Amino acid sequence: MIKSSDEKRNGTGDGTRVNEIAIEARNTIKAFGQGGVAVRALDDVSVEIRKGEFFTLLGPSGCGKTTLLRLIAGFETPTSGQILLHGTDITHLPPNKRPVNTVFQSYALFPHLTVAENVGFALKMQGRPRAEVAQTAREMLELVRLGHLADRRITQMSGGQQQRVALARALAARPQVLLLDEPLSALDLKLRQEMQVELKRLQHETGITFVFVTHDQEEALTMSDRIGVMSAGKIQQIGSPREIYTRPVNRFVASFIGETNFLPATLGPEGARLSGGEVIELATPGPRHGPVTLTVRPEQLRLTPPDEPGALPATVTDWVYLGTDTHVHLQLRDGTALVARLQSNPSGETDLTRGGAMGVRFAPGAVQVVED
Amino acid sequence: MAETRFQPARIPGFAAIAMLAFVALYLPIFTLVAYAFNGGTSIAVWEGLSLHWFSKAWANEAVKSATLRSLVIAASAAAVATTAATLAALGTTRRAGFKGQTFIYVMINQPLMVPEIVTAVALLILFGMVKSWTGYQGLGYLILAHAAFCIPFAYLPIRARLEGMDLSLETAAADLYASPWQTFRHVTLPLLAPGILAGAMLAFVISLDDVVITEFVKSGGQDTLPTYMLGQMRRAITPEVNAISTGLLGLTVILLTAFFLLTRKRN
Amino acid sequence: MSALEDQARARSVRNAWALSAPALVILAVAAVGPLLIVLVYSFLTPGKYGNVEWQFSTDGWLGILFTRDIFDETLKLADAHLTIWWRSVRLSLLTTLFTFAVGFPTAWFIATRPPRARGFWLFLITIPFWTNLLIRTFAINEVIRNEGLFNTVMIRLGLFSEPLRIINTDAAVLMGMTYVYLPLMVLPLFAAIDRFDMRLLEAGYDLYANRWQVLRHVILPIVKPGIVAGSILVFVPSLGAYVTPRVLGGGKNMMIGNFIELQFGQGRNWPLGAALSVTLLLITTAALLFYVRAANKGGNGHG
Repeated sequence: MIKSSDEKRNGTGDGTRVNEIAIEARNTIKAFGQGGVAVRALDDVSVEIRKGEFFTLLGPSGCGKTTLLRLIAGFETPTSGQILLHGTDITHLPPNKRPVNTVFQSYALFPHLTVAENVGFALKMQGRPRAEVAQTAREMLELVRLGHLADRRITQMSGGQQQRVALARALAARPQVLLLDEPLSALDLKLRQEMQVELKRLQHETGITFVFVTHDQEEALTMSDRIGVMSAGKIQQIGSPREIYTRPVNRFVASFIGETNFLPATLGPEGARLSGGEVIELATPGPRHGPVTLTVRPEQLRLTPPDEPGALPATVTDWVYLGTDTHVHLQLRDGTALVARLQSNPSGETDLTRGGAMGVRFAPGAVQVVED
Repeated sequence: MAETRFQPARIPGFAAIAMLAFVALYLPIFTLVAYAFNGGTSIAVWEGLSLHWFSKAWANEAVKSATLRSLVIAASAAAVATTAATLAALGTTRRAGFKGQTFIYVMINQPLMVPEIVTAVALLILFGMVKSWTGYQGLGYLILAHAAFCIPFAYLPIRARLEGMDLSLETAAADLYASPWQTFRHVTLPLLAPGILAGAMLAFVISLDDVVITEFVKSGGQDTLPTYMLGQMRRAITPEVNAISTGLLGLTVILLTAFFLLTRKRN
Repeated sequence: MSALEDQARARSVRNAWALSAPALVILAVAAVGPLLIVLVYSFLTPGKYGNVEWQFSTDGWLGILFTRDIFDETLKLADAHLTIWWRSVRLSLLTTLFTFAVGFPTAWFIATRPPRARGFWLFLITIPFWTNLLIRTFAINEVIRNEGLFNTVMIRLGLFSEPLRIINTDAAVLMGMTYVYLPLMVLPLFAAIDRFDMRLLEAGYDLYANRWQVLRHVILPIVKPGIVAGSILVFVPSLGAYVTPRVLGGGKNMMIGNFIELQFGQGRNWPLGAALSVTLLLITTAALLFYVRAANKGGNGHG
């Protein structure tokens, strides 16, 4: 049966693990509503999630990320397309027969059961011996550092503790894949940061594939091995956090993850030409020609004296002091607005004046061409 | 300072009327209970504290059998009504609206909308026919009639509890390998239990209190406690009726207090 | 929509009916179905010793208001029947009015208590609400009967020389019904007032309204759905009352409920009793429909 736990959890051969696919969604479409008013929550989504990785689905609310998670869990069936687990089609397998467990956004802990009974629930349902259920529940609670609260009622637990119980409960049956539906959204900032570390630790210790859903880009960047950025029911880009941040493929990804500047330009043989006439050399000149959008992160901008050769002439419109950094708002000659993120000067931004002229340089290789 | 504070919600005279209303609500009940402890034979003159009438009522075979009959009918009717109401509540809540849903609601709440006397004569006619066809004269008629009018009372708290229940708990159970039956058995039912118990208690109280329908449906010698009391009131009333009322009143108050504690817990 | 999803939907609807079936069957057999038999009986001929002869007749229906002269068979308005109808309607309306006059201040009082105390006061209203109607009728009887609390106290105080005869009058029935149905008025009124935003009062006073004007132009219009609900909840059972008039009104001060019973007992006119029952049911249903419409129009708060 599919339900058996995977045998190679602690496999040392990283090389084989990287290529093994745990979960695959193949051309999945999920439409809600009927007839003419049907809305596609998922619009032909295909994604492969590797065994043992921490994979994050990132996107704004309503982008379809939770729907995809629910399809993997089995709470919904796709309108068309397939879900595969280790190559086996599980599209129509009910959730109680999938070796996949979920940490719910609301935790969904059973209020009529104790902490230990919650954690042991899955094993009890599988008909495991009572002693094994109790033993595993204890181990799992130790794993999330709640061993001393096993007999408490759920209602007596704080939000952070409930979060850990929910994690222990979902891990207790050793699922092949753990799904986490915005599990940290209800916690305050400090607890959230603690839990981020905790989740990474648990993932390392158990070796279980984690699929994590969040709308918080910072969370996604800090925790994930790979990120799938979603918008409007489609996967926009899949890649490592660094790839997603430094080489966004389109305008949505560039603006959703971190802050960025956009510059309209025309691609030619010499590089990208701005409408003001200045030419920017690109590290990886694309094969395309014609009008494009360039993107560059604020921290990749350098300010220079206005007359420095090679620098783009700009005007300072405003600046905002943010503690460590200062955001300087600039305007290029063609009217494009830019933001530069500079380290704050301890003695104040004495060199800046509103309306003053400045030169702008981009760090080498920092400018990317994105699709609109 | 306190006197000059502006109290927009205070309307002169309302508090006084309210106090009068509470006195008027409870004074008759206390009077009734007090006379039950009267030592004398008259219900007019107070002749000292005594449990005489309680022991007299307890020794009265007619009271005993009526009490037993009332309890048997109430327990059976509450069991039937609660089972049916629980199933109906599971059927009518937490799913997309469907054709016929309004019909089911109207059917279930129908006993609340029809005057009791009308249902009573309707059942008198119907059960009269059935009695003469089948020759069966037992308590079944009363239990069935009581079960019917108890259904809406059992249904309401169960439905409320179901609607307040977090759907994700059952999703979570399915995710944790529980089959649909296991989910019902280990998650839905335990969470629903206080609602079911509350519904059963309301049904029990409602059945225990019924006069009109019982009066019309009962066969000879099938007096329940309320119909026995109604019969007694036609004659010269002795404090025995007060004693019976006090007992019934006590039972109702206990059940209702338990009901309130049960339903309050969910908040 | 995929075929699978359609199947799931159809299964859900089937389950809903299957789960509701036991309740529906019980109600059909012992609550709704019998009403149809009553309708049939109202068009039959009375049997000599009660029950009916299976012969079509509209006499039952005519009997609601008319009586057939024994000698020349002409129809005349039946004074006795009209008196009973009029007493039922009048007493029910007065009961509604009295319960409102007492119930509104009471509900207002409860709703303006601090939250903790509110539960206690509400509980005091709910206890009588769930207490046996017969016991409560008997309890009011203990107060107003000739040797009851009221007369005993009055005579002891020397205010009366002989007991004031209240029992077995319309006034006794009215007092009794007001007493037993008061909680039915207070509870919906409380629910409505509880939702009322008390800041509106400050707004009212701020805009120069006095207390009476605030009550008249701010409070009453907003809690109107509760007033309608309470009035219907009191009026409907009052009109069909059986126990209270029987115990407090004596044999003579019948209301329609007792009149119906009479037809199935000594009156031996089941068709008339059936016709009266159907009429009562129709009036009740009309009142409830009026309520549903009023509630849908005015009360968006608690659909």
